[in-house]
Amino acid sequence: MKKFVIIFFFFTISNLTSINSFSAEKAAEPMSPGWSFKGFFGTFDRASLQRGYQVYTEVCASCHSMKHLSYRNLSQPGGPEFSAEQVKIIASQFEVKDGPNDDGEMFDRPARPSDNFVSPYANDKEAAASNGGAYPPDMSVLVKARKGGADYIYSLLLGYDQPPEGFSLDDGVYYNKYMAGNKIKMSNPISEGIVEYADGTQATEEQMARDVTTFLSWAAEPHLEERHKIGFRAIIYLIIITILVYFSMKKIWSRVESKV
Amino acid sequence: MSDHEYTPNSKFGKWFNDRLPLLTLGKHLTDYPTPKNLNYWWTFGGILTFCLITQIVTGLILAMHYVAHADLAFGSVEHIMRNVNYGWLIRYVHANGASMFFLAVYIHIFRSLYYGSYKSPREIIWILGMIIYILMMAAAFMGYVLPWGQMSFWGATVITNLFSAIPLVGESIVTWLWGGYSVDNPTLTRFFSLHYLIPFLILGLVVLHIWALHVPGNNNPIGIDLKKPSKDTVPFHPYIVIKDLFALLIFLIVFAFFVFYSPNILGHADNYIEANPMVTPAHIVPEWYLLPFYAILRSVPDKLLGVIAMFGALFILVILPWLDTAKTRSAIFRPLYKQFYWFLVADVLILGYVGAMPAEGIYLLVARVATAYYFAHFLIILPILSRKEKVLDVPLSITEPVLGGSVSPSVVRQRKDKL
Repeated sequence: MKKFVIIFFFFTISNLTSINSFSAEKAAEPMSPGWSFKGFFGTFDRASLQRGYQVYTEVCASCHSMKHLSYRNLSQPGGPEFSAEQVKIIASQFEVKDGPNDDGEMFDRPARPSDNFVSPYANDKEAAASNGGAYPPDMSVLVKARKGGADYIYSLLLGYDQPPEGFSLDDGVYYNKYMAGNKIKMSNPISEGIVEYADGTQATEEQMARDVTTFLSWAAEPHLEERHKIGFRAIIYLIIITILVYFSMKKIWSRVESKV
Repeated sequence: MSDHEYTPNSKFGKWFNDRLPLLTLGKHLTDYPTPKNLNYWWTFGGILTFCLITQIVTGLILAMHYVAHADLAFGSVEHIMRNVNYGWLIRYVHANGASMFFLAVYIHIFRSLYYGSYKSPREIIWILGMIIYILMMAAAFMGYVLPWGQMSFWGATVITNLFSAIPLVGESIVTWLWGGYSVDNPTLTRFFSLHYLIPFLILGLVVLHIWALHVPGNNNPIGIDLKKPSKDTVPFHPYIVIKDLFALLIFLIVFAFFVFYSPNILGHADNYIEANPMVTPAHIVPEWYLLPFYAILRSVPDKLLGVIAMFGALFILVILPWLDTAKTRSAIFRPLYKQFYWFLVADVLILGYVGAMPAEGIYLLVARVATAYYFAHFLIILPILSRKEKVLDVPLSITEPVLGGSVSPSVVRQRKDKL
């Protein structure tokens, strides 16, 4: 015990000299606007997902790929649930390279629902070169790939601001409250009215940020609704069987003196 | 172990059992006399067996769809999550299952520490358990590399680089481990191969672990030797089976909450970014269950000594039965040991916490103190306690403390029922 105290003391002293403050990144805490897909029974807002897809495809998709999704996903249950016909039309607006054909040549054809989302750039190098060296991340699992998830993405989209006094920004770098280090290479992507919603919803910045974040959350976790549904049933089932087993156990153990 | 001869009833059973005594084994397992005062901390052995089987079964299915290639692994995991029927469920069970496995194994180990289950005559059980634990860490680490996200890649880089601390041959060993000059495709494929192998090694060791357990029989909360079978024991089936099942179901409810409602909370967001050798994450942290050892590693300024300290922290557990030589097993009768036990629990939790923090400033200081205390607990405190501690009186049997005074009416009633 005494030895321990001595060692403890020694270590404390020998380390006191090397204390320096923990350098935290000055990013603001993300906003929490509240999401319909959180919680035990959380589901996606269908209309919001469809609007979110519109924002993605008209705004984000010019730089950000979403290579792990297929067009058919857009009509799957638990997603935006476009009709199969709508998805065919959506897909056909994109060109994919296919082949080789019987002549051994590659050819372009309109995309089918089974095709993956067409990426805006041929490869990551081209993506980086076209964006000042900063490669726009693939958005398939972006919500899961960022600490803070949906809250963070939503906040980031609305976090563009004038830099404070004395904050120096290079060319092509923007100030954002929620970005680590407050510097971001993406210019403010959304502004009031940049898209015209098909369903007539007012395209305010908050509305677009909310819709596209909802869409990205679904894209990252396309089976979320199914997971919540199965999870609820599984846990109810487990609780019932646990109660039954508990009383069986009590009954069996009542034969010996020990209590369980 | 009960050595009575078992004769099957049926003729075929007898014929078979004479040639392969599986039925005798089954009889032994169901009759196995178990102390009747085992509390719920003893149910984690069964829970761990369940965890191992779950990991093997889910892993088997994942391996059917996973592609072990640096360019395809990340995409194949997304394929599992999106396109494979219930692939999301199987992967989340496997990923969270690893965490639940470690949660259970830590409870199992700390139960053993509290009740002195590692002491004579159970040293071999303890050592086998420690080998299983070390293999589990290897399996978990390699499994975490397979999705080929940023944390996978950089975690693999950091951990394999530890071997470069070995003098003279370190660099060559690391190149050999990688199968190249950096963590790359050859590293991924061999990790996949080993990740597939290790669970079956663990399974074999679990069989030995249980076999070794069935020789002296279970320890128990008051840590005394029992006459078996006797009034102090109950047959494994149905008493322990039903109790283990009940505990397992409670455990499964917790498990289900993680899988269905926060499947990614125990992971790191960076692992959903595809591995990129050109970009280093801000903080490279291992999974939560490895954090205490990570803290020990980083608390030593010298790389080689840090690696030695980290592996030493594990090795010290292996030789624990010879560090703590006190005859009394259970902490219930060792008032001082009991206090230091809780200090150790707190110490390991603190190490885990600082392991997740950047290794600088106050965190580094705390990590160093906690590391020193960890070693002091095993190398200084336990040997001294073994010699100096004044232990309380230990009862002679389990029934003694229960039935010592007046017999309660319910006990009489139950005894009548039994008759």
